[in-house]
Amino acid sequence: MNVMTADFPLSRILRCYLLEARCEFMRLLRTPSFVVPCLSFPAVFYLLFGVILGGTRGSSGMASYLLATYGVFGIMGVALFGFGVTVAIERERGFLTLKRALPMPPGALLFAKTAMAMNFASMVSLILAIIALTLAGVSLAPWQWLALFAVNVLGVLPFAAIGLLIATLCSGQASPAIINLIYLPMAFLSGLWMPLSILPGWIAGAAPVWPSYHLSQIALHVVGRNVGQGIGLHLGYLAAITLVCFLLARKRLLSLNQMGKG
Amino acid sequence: MQSNSITPLAELRDASKQYGSLKALENLDLSLRAGELTALLGPNGAGKSTAIGLLLGLLKPTSGEVFLLGRSPQDLAARRQIGVMLQSAELPDSNTVGELLQLTRSYYAAPLGTRECVDLAGLDGLLDRRYAKLSGGQQRRVQFALAICGRPRLLFLDEPTTGLDVEARQGLWRAIRKLVASGCSILLTTHYLEEAEALADRVVVINHGRCVADGTVAEVRARVAQRRIRCRSTISAEAVALWPEVRHARVESGNLEIIADSAEPVVRRLLAEDARLHDLEVQRAGLTEAFIELTREAA
Repeated sequence: MNVMTADFPLSRILRCYLLEARCEFMRLLRTPSFVVPCLSFPAVFYLLFGVILGGTRGSSGMASYLLATYGVFGIMGVALFGFGVTVAIERERGFLTLKRALPMPPGALLFAKTAMAMNFASMVSLILAIIALTLAGVSLAPWQWLALFAVNVLGVLPFAAIGLLIATLCSGQASPAIINLIYLPMAFLSGLWMPLSILPGWIAGAAPVWPSYHLSQIALHVVGRNVGQGIGLHLGYLAAITLVCFLLARKRLLSLNQMGKG
Repeated sequence: MQSNSITPLAELRDASKQYGSLKALENLDLSLRAGELTALLGPNGAGKSTAIGLLLGLLKPTSGEVFLLGRSPQDLAARRQIGVMLQSAELPDSNTVGELLQLTRSYYAAPLGTRECVDLAGLDGLLDRRYAKLSGGQQRRVQFALAICGRPRLLFLDEPTTGLDVEARQGLWRAIRKLVASGCSILLTTHYLEEAEALADRVVVINHGRCVADGTVAEVRARVAQRRIRCRSTISAEAVALWPEVRHARVESGNLEIIADSAEPVVRRLLAEDARLHDLEVQRAGLTEAFIELTREAA
């Protein structure tokens, strides 16, 4: 595959990736059904459970726990919906087929979607950090704020892969419902809405099944409130989920591509 | 790259494509030559989309070979020299026309300027509008603009005028003629045979995955250049069927219907043998008749 040629130098290829990412970001930014829930739900929940009901102003225990877990909750939504719904719709509308026929550099659309999800994830992370600083009285060291931000931004990867897989399996119409059926229970069962310690024992016991549990443990580790398993375990689990879902999605897309209409 | 005059721009060589037990294409040879507008015609399910899918590298042939500008269609360097408008592809609703155009232009080495694209496709005043807010005809024109924005040597137009009103269709035809005049080769699929008749240098008809005719519009028409003669007469169809020049003869709802290679000798003999013959009609097959005839024959 000749990606770079004399009349198409690296700088031109990079420009394709950047424009692709910009188009993807603008597309989602102009979709209120994506932006409003993705940016407001984690903030509203955090305000409700971390600030108002938490009632722990000053002692930031609960507030910093929920800062970590609502961050994970927020970026999960961004990645699952940002990939799951858009790819399912674009696949149905023949847009992905057109993209394959056009001389788009390889992986540009995947890059654009990942960049878009990371962009929105960083917004979610910043909004929560501002609430935590101003209303919830959370105080963290600078490295902790930065690390939490990094966990939130990079944490989109496994959920992007899960979203992509869902998009290859269901229609654009069905995908929001199916994603909600996975997203909301998974968030609850891995202790993102309220700490696992106050949930029934069997829920806490089963939590390590969920990828969101592992990401939240990394975020909780940053704020010093994880349950003490090794970070390596969590990272390994998330990497494996990302890889498996991505490969399955790719395989499924390739086989869908070969099913023509005559 | 070899000499352009010899190497076809795109080529299917003995290409077959099978979906499960369905043979969508069977041993199809098709080569697109430089400077021609080729119309690929065929009834629904004949294999047009499959042929285009193979040429664009969207599908892999079950057997046979596919070349696009002398390379594999998977090769980005080959695809940078083509433009594509797919019948079934919708663009993202919430991007503006300008964004879509800028992005697609970025894929090509020496794209047309935005202004030229707007002029050629008739997109005046639409650059800031979102795709979803456009009329069906305007959306087709945006898709056309994206197809031509890369100065393609070979342009794939899959049902480009479906859903356009007469005026918009004429406008698109003008743009297509301009492109061909400037040296661009085009593969056009269309349901409108008058469109093929108006634009094509060459017509390829496929049916059931096989090529049933390939030539200029005149040649394909000539493939079924027999005349259709119709009259009311007492001469029996069985007798007429034995005459030279006559291919078929039958009686249909009281009319004697004759398919003949040329009309004049048959008409002369008909009039000579039946003085009371009336309601005489002679028709020449157009591309539409040729198409119907060709695709029926192969069925």
